[in-house]
Amino acid sequence: MTLKIENVTKKFKDFTAVDNLSISIPEKEMFGFLGANGAGKTTTFRMILGLLYPTSGSVSWNDQPINYSTSQYIGYLPEERGLYPKLKVREQIIYLAQLRGMNKQDALRELKFWLERFKVPEYLDKKVEELSKGNQQKIQLITAIIHKPRLLILDEPFSGLDPVNVEMLKDAILELKAAGTTIVFSSHQMHHVEEMCEHLCIMHHGKPVVHGSLKQIKRSFGKKNLIVHGDFDMEFLKNYSGVTKSKQTAEGIELQIVGEYVAEKILQDIVGKGFIRRFILEEPSLNDIFIEKVGASYE
Amino acid sequence: MNKFWIILLHTYTSKVKTKQFIITTIVTLAIMVGLTNMPKIIDFVNSDKEQEKIAVIDETGSLFATLEQMVSVTNDDIVLLPYTNGVEEARQEVKSEAIKGLLVLSYDADQLPTATYQSMTLADMSLPNELRNHIQQIKTQLAATQINLTTEQLEKLYEPIVFSQVALEENAKTEQELNQARGLVYVLLFVIYFAVIMYASMIAMEVATEKSSRIMEILISSVSPIQHMFAKILGVALVSLTQMSLLLGVGYYSVKQNLSSLEGGFFEVFGFTNIPASTLIYAFVFLLLGYFLYATLAALLGSLVSRIEDVQQMITPMTLLIIAGFMISMFGLGTPNNSFITITSYIPFFTPMIMFMRVGMLNLPTWEPILGIGILLASIIIMAYFGARVYKGGVLMYGKTSSLKDIKTALQFSKDELK
Repeated sequence: MTLKIENVTKKFKDFTAVDNLSISIPEKEMFGFLGANGAGKTTTFRMILGLLYPTSGSVSWNDQPINYSTSQYIGYLPEERGLYPKLKVREQIIYLAQLRGMNKQDALRELKFWLERFKVPEYLDKKVEELSKGNQQKIQLITAIIHKPRLLILDEPFSGLDPVNVEMLKDAILELKAAGTTIVFSSHQMHHVEEMCEHLCIMHHGKPVVHGSLKQIKRSFGKKNLIVHGDFDMEFLKNYSGVTKSKQTAEGIELQIVGEYVAEKILQDIVGKGFIRRFILEEPSLNDIFIEKVGASYE
Repeated sequence: MNKFWIILLHTYTSKVKTKQFIITTIVTLAIMVGLTNMPKIIDFVNSDKEQEKIAVIDETGSLFATLEQMVSVTNDDIVLLPYTNGVEEARQEVKSEAIKGLLVLSYDADQLPTATYQSMTLADMSLPNELRNHIQQIKTQLAATQINLTTEQLEKLYEPIVFSQVALEENAKTEQELNQARGLVYVLLFVIYFAVIMYASMIAMEVATEKSSRIMEILISSVSPIQHMFAKILGVALVSLTQMSLLLGVGYYSVKQNLSSLEGGFFEVFGFTNIPASTLIYAFVFLLLGYFLYATLAALLGSLVSRIEDVQQMITPMTLLIIAGFMISMFGLGTPNNSFITITSYIPFFTPMIMFMRVGMLNLPTWEPILGIGILLASIIIMAYFGARVYKGGVLMYGKTSSLKDIKTALQFSKDELK
């Protein structure tokens, strides 16, 4: 059940939305897409779903093309809320679940289960327009997962939600993953991807600038963060060879260094200069990598 | 269950359950029952109507009796009272509303009657008109006597001429038949017009609602846009059939209940006493075909807008087409043989109404309506094919889309991106 995106390019007239993207997502994996608005994430998702056809390249799932005959195995949560505002939760979810190949009884049973799970059983007979944004997103997620899809595509599932709701949805998604669903999702929040995905891809202007497993990406990035807190002047560290970035803080300095050996040398140099309250060598955060690769702050 | 049927059923049930549908149906039903019961309602309202008293000051001294006799024969709601207390007194009585009006009769220089009618307002026309007609008749008789015409001579003068029309074409409708057909066709044209305009815009609205609420993206990720479009069109067709059969059923029952009071008046004028089955069948066929043609167009247009507010603007050209067809067929009711009418009856978007009008009014050779139906079927197929392509592209296009130019963009989009 591998999702394979092979050399996919998508052009809209002269504009290249996705440029030669190749990704393979193994079964039961959670794969994260990162990228600024317009980076080509939604276009990629639409191609995975078969709503758009790639200009060149191919998308396959389990070596089969994705089309309307596979739609009962696929769940989709679009970036913007897509629900009938005037319909009751019960009516629309059963309708949408039927379109995904479920029968009415099963759909209703599952719907009740999920509403209970999200602690909102009273919404069964409420109109969607009466619900808050966060609660609408719960309903939206239920439409995407009610038919137990094997491939779940989530476009910005956590945008605009409060932390409590984010945790609740995150738990549900992780549970689906544990149950064997392959999940592809995009997020604006780096830490969601960092926390949930083994594999990820950072897209920039349609191109995958970073792609691979989280550990591997961090390792191959090479650079590390070094935090030094102490009671002496650390100005000279800014121009130290092997230091690529520095930031003075109230208690000391934060450095980005090209490798572990730089930290060793720095430690040797500062020993004896004064009391070192803190000396920490850290893996780079995804945010650091993103800024480095895309060249602009993301959040 | 097939996805096509799921969408169709969902469209149907969710539409029929809306307040809007229930209210329009009930209001229309009420109007219809009201119309068919009109004679009863008028009788009821008029039952306690008082007689209208008119004071007559007869300065000639001889006309009152004749006039009173004439009035009493034609209208017993009017009572004429000889009045002798003078004009001023009578005016006071009119003002105090004891009497309705004051009629002063006198002779002019030629010894012929003249009359003045006075009342509080001149808004009521029927009563003075009736009085004037009677006095006119008296005048004619008096004038005839003055120039020594005998009653026979007078009758001869006023005898209507015999003017009959004979249609030479075989099977052509007689004048009476034509008049009857006109009434029926008129009413059925209205039904076609309203049904097409109403249900077609309902489709455009439905599609635009789904697109603007972004549910469309979820829908077309589980079912193809083309299946979705046709399921919608058929679903709304079922809604319209439900509504119309309700109206027809209640209308038929209500007419049957009131048949006796309706006979002769309104009904005969509209030719409802003797309805040719073929006209009804043609009406149904053309209504259905017209609906499908315009519904496909409406779905296409609805798929192009991103915001619900733009729907009206987008479907205006379509509405104008329907109105144009209706206007031409209304014009054609008077001159169904006009060659302009004949030509326009073969233009697809006009055919449903104009061809139906012709087939109802004239005795067309059968091939003409069949050709019209053929043209319609062909254009529905072309429209459906074309519409489906635009729809496919249109539903995924968001942005400032509210002009017909977007049809081209959507077509291009569907051709290049969707295959």
